[in-house]
Order: sequence, then C-alpha cells, then structure tokens
Amino acid sequence: MKFGVVTFPGSNCDYDAFHAVVDVLGEHAVYLWHKDHDLQGVDVVILPGGFSYGDYLRAGAIARFSPIMREVAAHARRGGPVLAVCNGFQIACEAGLLPGALLRNASLSFLGQFVRVRVENIDTMFTNRYAPGQILRIPIAHGEGRFTADEDTLNRLEGEGQVAFRYVNADGRLDAESNPNGSQRAIAGIVSAEGNVMGLMPHPERAVESLVGSNDGLGIFQSMLARVSA
Amino acid sequence: MTDVDRRTPPATATGHARAVEPRPGDPAITPALVAEHGLTTDEYDRLVRMLGREPTFTELGIVSALWNEHCSYKHSRPVLRTLPTEAPYVLQGPGENAGVIAIGDGLAVAFKIESHNHPSAVEPYQGAATGVGGILRDVFTMGARPIAMLDSLRFGSLDSPRQRYLFGGVVKGIGDYGNCVGIPTVAGDVVFDDAYEGNPLVNAMCVGLMHERDLIRAKAEGVGNPIMAVGARTGRDGIHGASFASEDLSAASDAKRPRVQVGDPFTEKLLLEASLELIHSGHIVAIQDMGAAGLTSSSAEMAARGDVGVTIDVTRVPVREEAMTPYEILLSESQERMLVVAKQGHERAVRDILAKWDLAAEVIGEVIAEPVYRVTEGARVVAEFPGSRLVTDCPVYTPPAAESASSRALRERDVHAIAERPEERDPMWTLERLLSSPTIASKRWVYRQYDTTVRTNTVVSPGEGDAAVMRLRGTDKAIAMKTDGNGRYVYLDPRTGGRIAVAEAARNVACVGARPMAITNCLNFGNPRRPEVFYQFREAVAGMGEACRALGTPVTGGNVSLYNESPTGAVYPTPIIGMVGLVDALSHVTRSAFHVDGDAIVLLGEPTDEIGGSEYLARVHGVVAGAPPACDLARERALIDVLLEAIAGGAVHSAHDCSDGGLAVALAECAIGDAERPLGADIDLTRWSGLPLRALLFGEAQGRIVVSTAAPDRVVEAARAHGVPAQRIGTVRAAAKAFEIRVGAQNFSAPLAHLAAAYHDAIPRIMSRATGETAVLEQHPQPSAS
Repeated sequence: MKFGVVTFPGSNCDYDAFHAVVDVLGEHAVYLWHKDHDLQGVDVVILPGGFSYGDYLRAGAIARFSPIMREVAAHARRGGPVLAVCNGFQIACEAGLLPGALLRNASLSFLGQFVRVRVENIDTMFTNRYAPGQILRIPIAHGEGRFTADEDTLNRLEGEGQVAFRYVNADGRLDAESNPNGSQRAIAGIVSAEGNVMGLMPHPERAVESLVGSNDGLGIFQSMLARVSA
Repeated sequence: MTDVDRRTPPATATGHARAVEPRPGDPAITPALVAEHGLTTDEYDRLVRMLGREPTFTELGIVSALWNEHCSYKHSRPVLRTLPTEAPYVLQGPGENAGVIAIGDGLAVAFKIESHNHPSAVEPYQGAATGVGGILRDVFTMGARPIAMLDSLRFGSLDSPRQRYLFGGVVKGIGDYGNCVGIPTVAGDVVFDDAYEGNPLVNAMCVGLMHERDLIRAKAEGVGNPIMAVGARTGRDGIHGASFASEDLSAASDAKRPRVQVGDPFTEKLLLEASLELIHSGHIVAIQDMGAAGLTSSSAEMAARGDVGVTIDVTRVPVREEAMTPYEILLSESQERMLVVAKQGHERAVRDILAKWDLAAEVIGEVIAEPVYRVTEGARVVAEFPGSRLVTDCPVYTPPAAESASSRALRERDVHAIAERPEERDPMWTLERLLSSPTIASKRWVYRQYDTTVRTNTVVSPGEGDAAVMRLRGTDKAIAMKTDGNGRYVYLDPRTGGRIAVAEAARNVACVGARPMAITNCLNFGNPRRPEVFYQFREAVAGMGEACRALGTPVTGGNVSLYNESPTGAVYPTPIIGMVGLVDALSHVTRSAFHVDGDAIVLLGEPTDEIGGSEYLARVHGVVAGAPPACDLARERALIDVLLEAIAGGAVHSAHDCSDGGLAVALAECAIGDAERPLGADIDLTRWSGLPLRALLFGEAQGRIVVSTAAPDRVVEAARAHGVPAQRIGTVRAAAKAFEIRVGAQNFSAPLAHLAAAYHDAIPRIMSRATGETAVLEQHPQPSAS
C-alpha cells in the first residue's frame, strides 16, 4: 500500500509519518510537495503535524490554499482515505474536509505530553483493529487543539458514530483533568460523514514503537491496511 | 586597565590600510563616539595603529562589534586555553560554530551551548526564542541535523511577580520557537535563587547528528568564490546586540530593548532544511550563521579562518528597510540569515535550492587574494582593514584576580553551628520543604510546554531520568545529554564548584547508562574587570579543566557570558556544563524512579558531615555559606565506571544521582518520580547514625548514586572492587504507600501522597498565581500546533 505524506512549508511531523509507514509498517510512502499537483497514485494521504506557514494568520488557514490541497480534496471526494494529524487536522477543518474547528487550548499554553484516549467506534477504516473502548496512550503536542463545533454538529457527530477518540483518564473515564485542551465532549478525533477522512490531535505516528514511549498508535495504520487493501 | 597584553601589531607588516574617505552624512569620530562604542582609549589607539590612520564611522562600528567581549573573548581567552580539548574522537574542537565528536558507525554529534542572558532580561519571550534560533543555526551550519534542545535557566525567587513574568516568558519563548521548528526540547536544568534576581541566565544547547563525511567548516576558501547572503532580509533590528551583551545591566537597559532581535521560527525551519540541502549538494565551501554582530562577524571570522581576503558590497545585501547605511547593514542582527561561500559558477544552483524553500540568496561579495577585509557601498570603499588582523589583533587582557574577603569569610563560616529550627525535629517536615523548593521540585510545568517527542527519537524524556536519551536510528546505540552547574558552590569555592559542575553532569549522563564523552560549556560570570570576578572565573575554569581531564571529557567549545551584573550585584559565578555521552546498547538505558517491588536499594558512595552550600541551608535557614562538598575526581571516575559496569551487567533497575537536597531528597525522588506510579521505600541509615542527622539526610556530599537492583550483592562487590564504598540501604515497597527512614532508634515516615504533592505541585501552584501576568505574554503571536 502506498502512502503520500504532504510536506507544507513548516510541516515537522512529515518525517515521523514517513518513518512510521516505511520503517515500522514496511509499506511504501512518498513525500508530496505542497507546490505539486500530483498525488503520485497514492492510496492514502497523510496531512502531518507541524506549523504550516508558521501558523500565521490561523493554524491551517494558509495551507488549505496550497496546490496539493486541491488534489487531496479530490482524493477525499472519491472516497480516498486521508489521515489528518494535529496541524493536519486543523488544515482539514479549514479545508472543509472535516466539521468543527480547533481553538486555543483552554489553558492557553502549548501542551506536549502523553495523554490517554478511548476508542469510541471501532467500525471505521482507521479503528477497526482496536477493541471497543480500548484505551490508548499517545502523545499530544499542540497549542490549538480544543475541538469546537455547534451543538447540532456535535450531536450529529455523536449520533453518526463519527467520534472516534475521546480524552479519558487511566481508568478510561472522562474527567476534566484528563481533557488536556478543553475539547467539547472531550473529543480527540473524528471521522468524516463518509468515514474516509480522520482528524485527530494526538500523534499516532509518534506512538508506533515502545522504545520511544508507546506503540498504541500502530492500530490506526494497521486498520487502514486491513480495510483499504481488503 | 592594568596588565594589558600589549602585543602591539607589527606596524606595517602587511602595510597600513589604504586611506578611506569619510562617507558623507556619517558622524565625525570623537572621543565621545568612541566611548559610546565601548572602546577604551588603549583599544582605540590600537585600532589607529592597525589602520595607520583614523577609522571611519563604519570601521568604528565594525571594530566595536568584533572587539566587544561577546565576540572577542578578550578577557577569557588565556584562561580558556587551559582547558583540555583533545581526544581521539574529537573531530572539531573550540573555534568553530559547534564542536563535533565521532560516535562510531560513521556518525558524529555536533553540539554547542550559548547564552542569551541580557536579551532575556529585558524581553524574556523574544530573548529566549532567538537564543534557541541562534544555537540551532550554529549546529546545522556544521552539516548536522539538530535532534535535541536543552535549556539551562536561572531566575530569582518566584515569590516576585517580575521573576514569574521572566520565567513564564522565557519558557514560552523557548517552547514556541523549538516546537515550531520541530526540534524536541528534552532536558536542561532550572534553578531559582535571589542571586539571579536582576540578571536571569538563559543558556540554550543544541545537539545535532550527522555523518562524519558531511562535516563542513566555516572557513572562506577559493579566490573568486562568491559570498552569498541567504535567508531573511536584513533590517535595523538588533544593531549592537553583541555589545549590549558585553556590559552590565542597569536601569537604562530597558531602553535597549530595541537591541533585542525578533525571531521567526517558521523561516528558521525553512532555512534549516535549505541549509542542509545546500551542504549536501556540494555547491558551497562554507556556511556560517549571521549571529552576534551579524554580517560583520560572520564575514570577518570566515575570512580569518581561511586566511583570505574578502570584499562585501552592502548595496547588494537584501534589505527590508529603506535607506539603510553601511553601518546599519553590517551591524544588524536580524535573525534567520546565513552567510555562504559558494563555489564559483554554482550561484544559480544555490539560488534554486533556496527558491525551493521560498528563500532568497544574493551574491554580496567575493573571496579575494589581496589580504584585506573590504566593505564597499557600490563603488565607494567605506571600510578596509589589513588582512585578518581585524580578528587576530583583538586585544587580550589578563586582569588582576583576587578572592574577595567576604567570599572567603562565607566559606569559612562554621555552618554546623547554625541552630536547627524547632520544626526540623521531624526531618519529614524538612524533606517536604526541600521537595517543594522550586529548584528541586518537578519541572513538569516547564517541559510540558515543550514538544519532547517530535522526530520520535526520545527514549528517556524529561522527568524520567537524570539525562535525556535519544536513539540513533539504524544502530543499537543512543546518546545521552544533560546540562548542570551549581552557581552557589562556585560562589563559595570556585575551584571546587568548577569541578562539581563537570562531575555532576557526568554522573547524570552515566545514570541513564551512557559513557560521558565531551562537554560544551557556557561560562556566566560578572564583570571581569573586578578582581574578585576574574578570580572566580580563573579558578572555576581551572576546576572544570581538572574534572574534564580526570573524567576524560574534553571541551569542544562553548560560550563566555561576562558582565552578568545588575544594580543588585553580580550573579553567582555560574559555569553551565553541557555533557554528551554514548549509550553502547539500548538495553543499558536506565531511568531514575524505582519501579520494581521488592528491589534492593543500594547507595554507591557514602554520606559525610558536609552541609556547606547546600539547598538545605538556603531553603530552611536562608543561609548561603560554608565550604561546598569536596569533589574527589578519582572517586567520581571510579563511581561512573562501577555504575556503567553494573548497568551493562544487567543488574541495575534504576539509577539516580544525589545532588541538591542530598540523600533523602534523592531517595524520595526515586519513590515519587513516576507521578502515575509512586512506590514506597523502606530505608535504614543506622550505619551512619554517628553523623549529624541533617548532614546525613540533606548534606550534598559528592560522588553518590542511588540504584535499585535485584542483585545487591553483585553491585556492592563490584563497587568495592573499584574502591567505591557501597551499601544496601533499603527496599522498594509497592504496598507501603509510605516513605520511611530509620536511623538507629529513630523512625521517620511520610505518606507518599504528601511528598508527591509537595514535589509535583510546587511550581504549578506558584505559577497559577501568575495568571494576571499572562496578559503581558499574550502580545506575542501564538504558534500553535505540531
């Protein structure tokens, strides 16, 4: 399976995503340059974390106008999988690939730490290798990760099973202390209505080897492999 | 000034510089203008002798920038020369942008530490951020990809709103810059003491990884090769920043806020990628950051290293403001700029690489055969110096040195005579007080604002071990790194303090399973023209040198920051050591917290009756006095050997150095260090019941490490074979929920939860008082995610 990792000016997790796919999963990956108009026939697009365009203006606001994003949007419309992580999630929201927005963390501080998220729906192309309610330990690193949407949108996300991950404590329960950025309904990750675009603030590509802290993120990649190649 | 090194330059060895007409509109050279540029009368005379005439305004600016302390090391060079700098694996020692050591497998590590104290004192956010930016550039201009950042910080007491503002701003500045560029910030140290009230210390260290074959030096070569300005455009910001860093802070310093540069980490990220691509492309021969003293120092230093001439035309430098004078262009410290010597005929290829990253590259000059440093404004020559004498003829001073009577009196004070406070009858009260001292307490409030995991190499994260550990992909090895430097010890006894700074850094690196290899250092001292300051400097460096020789860790570079003084006095003399070590096998990686129920707890080394210079005296009695603990370097070396042997043998489950707060604090940190899973401990120190209890528990005797192990006999025997005292002192008890210490008939106990709360909540509790102050920080743009 072939993954395409988009590099915007200021992306800094493109390398980690590439490494996770190639060195850990043993799959193929190419970097997709933001100025290009060609997805090089990839099966999956990864919008990686970072500070595209320095997050100037607003996180993700400029990157959505990159030439490559036109192709990514077309790929998503065709039902192609897109995994949008952290700054990638912000870009996907700005580009209308996902509902909602990511606002400044409630604490107003950047937060770099491991968090726990609970798998809320295993019936997606990104979560089918997890157990229902499984608790994952995955790092976050962001200043603007507070997921926000209007009540109707939130209810629809819940009703349609589009909430993929929620921040929880070590026991798997919701509490204010374990919701690091103050996201509405503790939402850490969602999928699009069609189910082929996932956005999440935690970094699964940084959680694929226990040597560097956790391999709980591996399941997201393995889920895509299972579903897309099936 | 006394005892000036008067190596008068040979008057006309290469002939005087040619006559240069004053530029219309430039101010006339007057004694007042010379003084304003920080040159003494002697230095000005020296300049006139070198030129054989009066300098122009532009030339005065250039010399002021190059001969200030920050760029010239004029008071420190003879002392620095005494440090050991060699080992078979040192590929690049002091004198380059960063030091480089070989670590096997064709890999090399470039690393360097640098201060940004004065900018951070007046503008903490930008001051700290640009410090990170500068040190990153120093490392990637060697051809290395930065893989980790460390920060060594010193502030006054957090009881003061001003100090909370500085602390918060500096941490945010470091985080926002490093997070955006995508380099994990993984280690460092933070100390709070009134001595830093008027002058905080902000030292940033960067570690980079490279293939040995990619090593590139900042040495101009090849007559006819073009000199190119790369990256951001030049503006009027930061003019005379390096001079600002070379004088005492005063009430007028706030007025020099415009000398603080403004950083743009987004441009830095582009510049980082473009520079590495450029170096690997083979189109260039040299590259250097336009850092302190900007275009002036980068061009002059590259020319001096290559022993060639250069000519620069300022009208070709891309600028972002109108009507900039040659003086301004040469002295600007606008950030995120590089100076590159390209290969002749490769200019277009260089421009193409920069254009890919949306950056500009312009030819601004040329390497020439004629041995001159020449600056033109179009056809008009505005500055010209003979040969590389601009750099090499900088004055060197060896000022008088003498210990102050007050320092000696403090050291000789009988601190054992200080009466105990009534509360100390329960040593657990003292222990909680020390654990909640911001210097000792958990620094999670700091490092959770840093991205510690980006690039997925971080094996031991902040808070998990005594040093950070980064894996080396494609090998079974890792590198460890840590900064350390106890200024209080150096203040009380500079020689001993210098030794301890190195020894503690080495111990910390060894505790994670790494063999200490080499150091970089940042020497933060006061005004060297005061004899007591120069004495501290000379003695501390001597102590460092002794320790580096004993421990086999040469110095590969560093930075000297003098004039760290404010109206409240000089800071503690604070040499910060940045140590790098190599982990031979990933299975050797060791963390500091107890994690196996029933493990034996072994102390390597032994307690003494020393309490001088301790955190205990400072925190509990408000006293900074007494002789700091003795540092036996042969013992330190043996201790590291023992520990690494035991780790390699698989016997060690955790290792933690005893430092601030002594044995009781070290043991408590092992018990509560893992906030999610604290483990009780049952400790028996009866063997040393003859020592004063407070010295036994809180004295800071050197050469000690606490390990937990399932094979205590093996560890103890191995230690004794190396002549290192070792005793089993207790057991890890998961079920106990308490931390217990027995000394003879006395039993002391505290619930783990109390100790954990003291340790983990101290800084967040203080900083949550500071919410009103964050308004000041909100003015800055907020880079957000990664």
